[in-house]
Amino acid sequence: MALMEKFRKTEFYKSIFRHSYQDTQRNRALQIVDNVFLHLHPVRVPRHATNIGFTWGMGGITFLLFLVLTITGVILMFYYRPTAQYAYEDMKYLMNDVPFGPLMRNMHRWAAHAMVLTVMLHMFRVFLTGSYKPPRQFNWVVGVILLVLTLLLSFSGYLLPWDQLAIWAVTVGTNMARATPLLGHEGPFGPELGMRINNDVRFVLLGGTEVGPPTLLRFYVGHCIFLPLIAVIFMAVHFWRVRKDGGISGPESKKNF
Amino acid sequence: MQQFLEIISKPDNIPIILLLVGAIFFSWLAWTKARRNDALEVPVEAALDDKVQVWPYLVRVEFLATIAVMAILVFWSVFLDAPLEEAANRALTPNPSKAPWYFLGLQELLVYFDPWIAGVVLPTLIIVGLMAIPYVDINPRGNGYYTFKERKFSILVFSFGFLVLWVSLIVLGTFMRGPGWNFFWPWERWDPHYVAVLTNVDLSELLFNIPTRLPDNSINPVAMLFGAVVVLGYYSIGPVYWMMKRKDDLMQKLGLVRYAIVSFLLLTMGGVVIKIILRLAPMAFGLNPVKYVWVTPWFNI
Ligand code: HEM
Repeated sequence: MALMEKFRKTEFYKSIFRHSYQDTQRNRALQIVDNVFLHLHPVRVPRHATNIGFTWGMGGITFLLFLVLTITGVILMFYYRPTAQYAYEDMKYLMNDVPFGPLMRNMHRWAAHAMVLTVMLHMFRVFLTGSYKPPRQFNWVVGVILLVLTLLLSFSGYLLPWDQLAIWAVTVGTNMARATPLLGHEGPFGPELGMRINNDVRFVLLGGTEVGPPTLLRFYVGHCIFLPLIAVIFMAVHFWRVRKDGGISGPESKKNF
Repeated sequence: MQQFLEIISKPDNIPIILLLVGAIFFSWLAWTKARRNDALEVPVEAALDDKVQVWPYLVRVEFLATIAVMAILVFWSVFLDAPLEEAANRALTPNPSKAPWYFLGLQELLVYFDPWIAGVVLPTLIIVGLMAIPYVDINPRGNGYYTFKERKFSILVFSFGFLVLWVSLIVLGTFMRGPGWNFFWPWERWDPHYVAVLTNVDLSELLFNIPTRLPDNSINPVAMLFGAVVVLGYYSIGPVYWMMKRKDDLMQKLGLVRYAIVSFLLLTMGGVVIKIILRLAPMAFGLNPVKYVWVTPWFNI
C-alpha cells in the first residue's frame, strides 16, 4: 500500500488519473448512481445479499451468460446464412477456416447449455429461500416466463447447424405439437375440429409438414430476433421488480422473530 | 460399460452431468444452511441485517464471479468442440432420435403417456403450476432465508418435482435409453436389434379381465366407464374426503379455489408417478405392463 501511495504521487500516474479518488461513503455511492450500468443496483444492500452462499450468484450468472450469448451470437451471424443450401456449409467453414470461428461457436454453444442450467438452479434457490412470497409473487411469474424463453431460445438455436443432430432433435421436439388437444391433427378433438397435417399448430410452427427449409428460416428469425427481444423485455421487468420489491429478499427484520 | 462412458462424455451431455452435480451440491448447501437456521432463534440472514455499500462489497463479488465464469467458459470452449455431425438428411433417421437434453425428461414420459399428455398437457401444467406457486403457498414463514422446519411440505413437494422427477428422468432418458427407446443398464451394450417383447394391457384388463376393446375393435363401454370412474375418482375422492375431514384454520385460509388448484396439481404429479409404477411394477412380477387407465374413442389416459 505504501508503494501504491508513492506511485500515486508520480508524474506518470497523475498524467493518467487527473484527480484523486477519495475513498469516502459519498464517493462509493456516486460510483453506483453515476454509472448507467451499475445503477441497476441500490447504493447499499443488506450484508447477506453480498454473500454468494445466499444467492449462489445464479441470477447474475444467467444474465452474464445471456450477454455472452448476445455477443458471440452476433459474430456467428456474420458467417451464417439460414438457408438449407448454405447453413451447414457455413458451419463447416466457421469451424475450419474462420479465425476464432470455433471459439465463438463453442462459446455460444456451451454458454447456451450453461444458461439453461443456471436458470434452473436460480429458480431452485429462489424457491428454497422462499423469495417468491409477498411482495415478490409476480416477479416469480416473470421468472417462469424467462425460464420458458430460455428453453425456447436454446431449442430454436439447436436447429441452426442444420446437421443430423439438429434436424432430428427438433423433429422429435416438435412432433409433440401434432398431439396438441384441439389444435393438433393427432390430438384429442383435433380432427373433429378440422385439423389436418397441413393446417394445425405444428404446421404453423414448422412452416411445412416436416422440418424443412422454411422451418430453418422461422427458427432463425425467432432465435436471433423475436425471442431475444422478448427475453430482454422480460429481463428488464425482472430486474426492475427486484428493486421495486425491496431488493434481494431477506427476513423482514429481527423483530419478527 | 465402455459405451456408457462414451455417452456420458459426449460434449452435448456434459450439461446433464453438471446438472446432476449442481443439483446435489446445491441441495446439500441449502440443507446445511436450513439446518443451521432451524437450530437458531433468529436466522443468520436476519442477524446480518446491517447494510453494506454495493461499491465495493457487492460489485467486487460480481466482478470475481464474472472472471471465474468467463475463465471456465473459455477453457471449456478451447478444449471441447461443439458437435457438428453429418449434413441434415431426412432419409436417415438416427436410432434413437433424442430431443435436446433439457427436454429428455418429457421425452421419457412418452413411454408412460400418449404424446398429448407427455408433450403438451404436462409441460403446460408444469409452467402454469410453477406460476401458481406464490399464489397458492400462503404460508408466510420462511420468506427470505433458508429453512426447512417452517416450510416442510412445500420444500418436499418442490424438491421431489425438481430433483426426482425432472432431473432423474433427464438422466434416465439420456443415459439409459438406447435404440427403439429400449432400456439399457449402464453396463449393457446398446443393441440396435434388441426387440423388447411387451404385450401391453390396460388397467381394467389387468385387474378385472375387462377387455378395453370388443371383438369388432370398438371401445368396450364397460371398460370406458371403469376408466372414467378410476380417473375422475382419483381426482375427486381424496380432495373431497380431506376437505370434509379437515375443517381447520388452514383449510379456511386456503379457500376452495386454492385448495382445488393445489390438489389438482399435486394429484397430477402423483399421477405421473403412479403411471410410471403401473408401467414398470407389473413387469417385476412377470405380468404385462399397463398401458392405459382410461380408454375412450377420443383420447386415452
Ligand atoms: C433469464 C433468466 C433469468 C435471469 C437473467 C434472472 C436474473 C435475476 C437476478 C440477477 C436476480 C437478483 C438475485 C439473484 O441473482 O439471485 C433475480 C432475482 C429473482 N429471480 Fe430471477 N432471473 C431469471 C429467471 C428466473 C426464474 C426462472 C425465476 C423463478 C421461476 C426467477 C425468479 C426470481 C425472483 C423471485 C427473484 C427475487 C429473489 C430475491 O429477492 O431473493 N428468475 N433474477
